[in-house]
Amino acid sequence: MADLLIQEIERREAIVDIPEFGPGDTVSVHTRVIEGNKERIQIFRGTVIRIRGRLGHGSFTVRKISSGIGVERVFPFNSPTIAKIELERQGRVRRAKLYYLRDRVGKAARIREKAAPQKSKG
Amino acid sequence: MPKGMLGRKIGMTSVYRQGIQIPVTAIEVLPNPVVQAKTADGPDGYNALQLGYGKKSVRRVNQPMQGHYKRAGVDPKRVLREFRDMTGFEAGQEVKAEDVFEQGDFVMVRGKSRGRGFAGVIKRHGFGGHKASHGTHESFRGPGSIGSSATPSRVFKGMKMAGQMGNKTVAVKNLEVIELIGDKHVMLLSGAVPGSSNSIVEILKAE
Repeated sequence: MADLLIQEIERREAIVDIPEFGPGDTVSVHTRVIEGNKERIQIFRGTVIRIRGRLGHGSFTVRKISSGIGVERVFPFNSPTIAKIELERQGRVRRAKLYYLRDRVGKAARIREKAAPQKSKG
Repeated sequence: MPKGMLGRKIGMTSVYRQGIQIPVTAIEVLPNPVVQAKTADGPDGYNALQLGYGKKSVRRVNQPMQGHYKRAGVDPKRVLREFRDMTGFEAGQEVKAEDVFEQGDFVMVRGKSRGRGFAGVIKRHGFGGHKASHGTHESFRGPGSIGSSATPSRVFKGMKMAGQMGNKTVAVKNLEVIELIGDKHVMLLSGAVPGSSNSIVEILKAE
C-alpha cells in the first residue's frame, strides 16, 4: 500500500538489477565481502524460501545446505553488499513461504522445476 | 532565526548510505509560494515570509482571505505559515527547497501528531496496568492510586491520567537531510516525523 512516490524513491535506490524471482527458485547471490582492505565476491547459491515486503524495501531469504548443515541468509533487496543476483532455476511450488523445507533433507527437500523455464537474465 | 518551508509528508522507507541502512521520511516539498512578505521598515515592523502549501477550493475561502491571496497572485492554499526573519523574496515568488536546504543540513520538523482520542493511562503514559488474574476484578487498565489520604487530601497537579492523546503540534529536532531529490521535489529526512501521511509539516533549518 506504499505511496507510488515512495516506491519510486526505493527504485532509485536499487544498486543492482534484480531479476524477477519467486519462492522456490534457485538463485546465486554474489555478495561483497570485505576482508581487511580487500574486497572480494562470494557466491551464495540456494533456494529462495521467503520474500518479505515489497521490492526495494523488503528482503528475501535464501537457504542452502552447506557441508550437511542448513544455512539461511536474509538479504535486503537494496543491500549494498549484493553485487549481482543470478536466477539459476525456477521451481514449482504451491506456497509463498517454504519453511517446510527446513524439516526436510536430501531427496525430500527437492523442488520440481517449472514446466516452461524462462531464460535467466543473469 | 530559522529559515523554513512547508512540505507534505509522503511516508517512510529506508535507504543505504555508506553501507548503513537509514530509516527516512519522504517529504514532498513543492515550491512554496510567498503569500505575504513582511518587512521591518513596513507596517509590520519585522521581517517574515508567509508561505502557503496545498490546494484549497476558492469556494472554501472567505472574501477577506480571497483578497489576501489575490494581492499576492497566488491560488488559495490549505495551510499558511509565517517564517520569521526570512528575506529575499517578494510576495508571489516561489521558495524552492534548494534555496533553503542542502544535503547534510539538520532540520526541525513540526507537525500535528496523529490523534488517538481520549486515551487511557496505559496507552497515553505507558502505565503497566493490573494483573489479569489472581482475583483482579473490574480494574485491569486503570491507573491505580492517584495519591495519599488526608495528607494532602488533594490530587497533585500534573498527575498522569487518561485524556486526549495526540492531535497536537509536535516538533522533532535534529533530523538530517539525507537527500534532496530536485526533479521530484522530494526531501529525505532521517528518522520519523510527526503526523500521518499527507499531512502538512513545517521544516525549519537548524541554526
